[in-house]
Amino acid sequence: MSSTFDVVADVIAQTSEIPREKITPESHAIDDLGIDSLDFLDIVFALDKKFGIKIPLEQWTQEVNAGKASVEDYFLLKNLCAHIDDLVAKKTA
Amino acid sequence: MRLEYFQMIDRIVDFDAAAGRIHAKAFVPETSPVFEGHFPGYPILPGVLLIETMAQASGFLILGLNGLSRMPFFAGSKKAKFRKFIEPGAELDVYATLTHDGSGFAVTEAKIESDGPVCDAELTLRVMDFPAPELVENMRERVRQIGLTPVGDMV
Repeated sequence: MSSTFDVVADVIAQTSEIPREKITPESHAIDDLGIDSLDFLDIVFALDKKFGIKIPLEQWTQEVNAGKASVEDYFLLKNLCAHIDDLVAKKTA
Repeated sequence: MRLEYFQMIDRIVDFDAAAGRIHAKAFVPETSPVFEGHFPGYPILPGVLLIETMAQASGFLILGLNGLSRMPFFAGSKKAKFRKFIEPGAELDVYATLTHDGSGFAVTEAKIESDGPVCDAELTLRVMDFPAPELVENMRERVRQIGLTPVGDMV
C-alpha cells in the first residue's frame, strides 16, 4: 500500500508536470516546487478524490493570512501529508 | 444570449439540487458584432464563448446550490472539446453537473447540445465571498430573470 506521501507526490507530479524525483517530504509546495494557487486547486481536487476527504484549503489560507499558522504548517509536504492523515482518520473514526 | 454583455444563459429549464445538476437554454442571436469578425462570410460562435456559456451554467448551478451565499468565478477548464460549429440563431441546451464541492472551489462537468453534441469540458470555479454588495443584488436579479430558484428560496 502506498504511503500518503507517495500518493501526494504522484498527484503533484501528474498535475504539475514536476519531475517525481524532485518531490520529497521536505519540499515546500510553493517555494521549492513553484506550485501556484490554481495548480494547487487541481492538486487538492485530486487529493480530495483519492482520499475521500475535503481538504479545508480556505481555512488553512485564512489561518496563514491571519498569522495563526505558518505557510510551512500546511504547504511543506510532510506537514501536508500529516494533515491528510488526520483528515482521513477523522473520516474513518 | 447577450454576447456583448457576456450574458450567455437565457433560461433555466431544470435545476435539480439533490443531483447537483442544471439544464439551461441559450439562444444564439441572429446578429452580433461578434459574428462580423468571427468570421466574415462564415459566422460561427467562438469556442471561448461556448466555454463561457458552460462556465455560466456551472456558476448558476453553484449559486443555486449555495443559495446565493457565495460567488463562483471561472478558474479553469480541462478536456474542452468542440465537436461542431454553432451558427447564428442556434438554440443551445447547456448542462452542468457538480462533480466536486471543494473548500473554496467546485468542479463541474459541463456540455452543450444542439441537434447533437456541441462541446464538453471539465470546469473549475473558485467560490468566494461576494466581493461587492451590488454584485449580490445583480446576481439575485439575474437568477430571477432566468428562472432559477436557489436552495433556501424553494418552498
